[in-house]
Amino acid sequence: MRYLPLTPDDRSAMLAAIGAKSIDDLFVDVPQAARREGFVDLPRVAGELQVERALGALAGRNTAAGSVPFFCGAGAYRHHVPATVDHVIQRSEFLTSYTPYQPEIAQGTLQYLYEFQTQVANLTGMPVANASLYDGSTAMAEGVLMATRVTRRNKAVISGGVHPHYVASTETVVHAVGVETQVLPAAVDAEAAVIEQIGPDTACVVVQTPNVFGTATDVTKIAEAAHAAGALLIVVVTEAVSMGLLKSPGEMGADIVAAEGQSIGNALNFGGPYVGLFACREKLIRQMPGRLTGETVDADGTRGFVLTLSTREQHIRRDKATSNICTNSGLCTLAFTIHMSLLGETGLRRMALLNHETALTTRDAVASIPGVEVLTPRFFNEFAVRLPKNATEVVDALAAKGVLAGVPYGRLAPGAGMDDVLLVAATETTTAAHIAALKTALAEVL
Amino acid sequence: MSTMNTVGRPTTPNQVETKPATLTGGRGLLQDEHLIFESDGWGKTGVDLPEPKTDGSDLGDLVRRDPIGLPGLSEPETMRHYVRLSQKNHAIDLAIYPLGSCTMKHNPRLNEKMARLPGFSDIHPLQPQSTVQGALELMDQLAHWLKTLTGMPAVALSPKAGAHGELCGLMAIRAAHEAKGEHEQRRKVLVPTSAHGTNPATAAFVGYTVVEVAQTDDGRVDVADLASKLGPDVAAIMVTNPNTCGLFERDILEISRLTHEAGAYFYCDGANFNAIVGRVRPGDLGVDAMHINLHKTFSTPHGGGGPGAGPVVLSEALAAFAPAPWVVSDGDGFKLVEREEAEAEQAFGRLCAFQGQMGMYVRALSYMMSHGSDGLRQVAEDAVLNANYIKARLSDLMSPAFPDGPCMHEALFDDEWLKGTDVTTLDFAKAMIDEGFHPMTMYFPLVVHGAMLIEPTETESKQELDRFIEAMRALAGAAKAGDVDRFKGAPFHAPMKRLDETRAARQPVLRWTAPEGSNIAAE
Repeated sequence: MRYLPLTPDDRSAMLAAIGAKSIDDLFVDVPQAARREGFVDLPRVAGELQVERALGALAGRNTAAGSVPFFCGAGAYRHHVPATVDHVIQRSEFLTSYTPYQPEIAQGTLQYLYEFQTQVANLTGMPVANASLYDGSTAMAEGVLMATRVTRRNKAVISGGVHPHYVASTETVVHAVGVETQVLPAAVDAEAAVIEQIGPDTACVVVQTPNVFGTATDVTKIAEAAHAAGALLIVVVTEAVSMGLLKSPGEMGADIVAAEGQSIGNALNFGGPYVGLFACREKLIRQMPGRLTGETVDADGTRGFVLTLSTREQHIRRDKATSNICTNSGLCTLAFTIHMSLLGETGLRRMALLNHETALTTRDAVASIPGVEVLTPRFFNEFAVRLPKNATEVVDALAAKGVLAGVPYGRLAPGAGMDDVLLVAATETTTAAHIAALKTALAEVL
Repeated sequence: MSTMNTVGRPTTPNQVETKPATLTGGRGLLQDEHLIFESDGWGKTGVDLPEPKTDGSDLGDLVRRDPIGLPGLSEPETMRHYVRLSQKNHAIDLAIYPLGSCTMKHNPRLNEKMARLPGFSDIHPLQPQSTVQGALELMDQLAHWLKTLTGMPAVALSPKAGAHGELCGLMAIRAAHEAKGEHEQRRKVLVPTSAHGTNPATAAFVGYTVVEVAQTDDGRVDVADLASKLGPDVAAIMVTNPNTCGLFERDILEISRLTHEAGAYFYCDGANFNAIVGRVRPGDLGVDAMHINLHKTFSTPHGGGGPGAGPVVLSEALAAFAPAPWVVSDGDGFKLVEREEAEAEQAFGRLCAFQGQMGMYVRALSYMMSHGSDGLRQVAEDAVLNANYIKARLSDLMSPAFPDGPCMHEALFDDEWLKGTDVTTLDFAKAMIDEGFHPMTMYFPLVVHGAMLIEPTETESKQELDRFIEAMRALAGAAKAGDVDRFKGAPFHAPMKRLDETRAARQPVLRWTAPEGSNIAAE
């Protein structure tokens, strides 16, 4: 087997050195009843070619986004990733290293994490950011838990504009520890209803901008109302590129930002792995979940970086830890930070504008079809439309025509009574031909 | 080439008395590399994009006006920056990486190639299911392999890491107790003192009170202590097997029997599944839930600390409570069950926005298919053989924590043998760096004084093991011979000297900030 270097002679020599007669001698502690003879009922060893054929056949049965006119978003976005990114993240020293527990031989990882933290802090407009969490949805859950620790209150008010899967992921975790959630009704302008729900028992208010319907909102007033009530404002962002065009959560008064970073540097990957961005106000850092990289010096006084404030974490604090998290999204943060370094502020702003531009063009094309009503007034690169038919059926019909037209809102929230709403996203990868194909196919189906 | 480079003047070695420090901070191939924020990249970009036709004015006062503070680099500068950084990292591809409990095995490049097929990497989690039938089938196949290897009837794929898997398992256990109306009375989770920190952290995270279970002198769960703590107030036990001392829990069947008799569930931390894959099925041990770190046993890359993947296999008793989404198949193909629909009404909820770590599923399945059932059994055997070989060859110089009987996939030593040398486990580990090795796991498990936990994995050759063993023996000899400076100041030959972690924690500097007086516009 190509991944196993030991030869039969090696094995014999090693068993002799150990003083064992056979490999079975090393498994004597396994109870007799649980020992299995022979091989498990699965296929045997396979060469590269065989595996490539089998997996290639499975891959071939999926419609790659890049092969068709493609308008899906709703928390995962298709952007162009420069070739440099994928080359660098496959370097052995990044791909096959582990958590930088030995900083003297892990400065590569530690320095890029420090740079990543700074980029995320500046992008979100916040003072500090951690070294990433699993994804945006788990970052939101951690944000709510953190807010309850900080405020010693027990209730989260969640806007109806937050991605329903983010809400579900958060509720699953926070309900287990007795945190109460009040989820407001879904609406294109759901943020307008948030302020009146803030009360003296509110630990945090969670709003998303752009929200799941694409609506971009200035949440400054919500921040003021939350702060006046002693609550924190958590801003969720599912499309990180939007922060290259829209006011940052920090500017609008966010205390915690929980965002999905997939858009920068990372492929769609059918939903994972992604990279959760997590940023907060400086005074809250000791309540922050996840890994943090900090600056220090070595014995010669040379600047270097280490994992720090680990007294918050599970391997030190065990059942008193701020979270049970033991990993970050290492390689996805590397992809993010390389792509962001290539873009720089100039490239990011331009990329964001191109996204907005193609979305406006797409909106105009779709709006011209009789029976289609555009619901989202101000958006970044995604908007909602009401169709004269069930949106899932329309999307399926368009898929049969080779157009992936977007995400039916009803798929995210089956019971919300919005089965005729379709979420349409466009990015810098969307071409005029894609938009024309969408318009033609949609008009045919409706 | 050498003639070209030296224009006919071949070099010969010269001997000099002193080794001068370099003048610039560079050291041969090891470059001194500043932060991207310290370059002149304000306003620069390494991506050529067309000029936008809109300026965003339709968004009015929503537009971000202030500088963001993100430097840009051209493509050559980008390559240099990250290649220079990369050369400051240890890696599996460079040398043995014997971190106990982490299973740092070779990461096959075929897996990387497969995960990058556009049919896997370029598909959206919410595309119509008719357009992702191959992806759903891959998830179904992965589930089949995991269920077969563990002898368990169900698996929840979506947890994004081992600790996330623990969360999934305990949530399923909690849901099962709730369904029986016993949740209010069952508020405790029993965890052995040798457990990973994530076990008690997860139990507390889900709202349980953690009760520690004692360990016997031979490094196993104290069954009598466990039995005395089991009762109608216990929801679950969390036991790692093989455990963190690198030992198989001999009384595992008794442990699961007692647990079930008490009405509790058996959560097994599957971090060490690599030791038994293909030889022992956790389902035969009475396990109710176990996470499988795809980044350990099934070779998906550790990537500098993630992303991981932690699918959880579940027993019949817990299967109904698995979180959404999951894949089902009928005559028409594969379907993703995404919500608490009729068939999912007992699901405890959802753990993340989409269907988990698809990129890791592809890599893990590619690895499993490559090995096959025969190769995977050999994986466990070679992993255990390598660990026992290290233990056997170091036991005369170092003190094994549990000398009697074989270990499983990792060899555990304590610091008894360093007594009187003035060298600590930490010093010893840092000296290993100078010899070109990544240190083993130190000071874990907590139950062993000055612990050194060595996990070689099956992908080390005998030659590399011997090289490692010889280095360890040489260092042990130096420690005992009083060569203390070699250890106290170590590492001397790494990219950096020992770092001041205390200072980093006391005065946290977690981001770059523009120097005072500079006109660089960052917050």
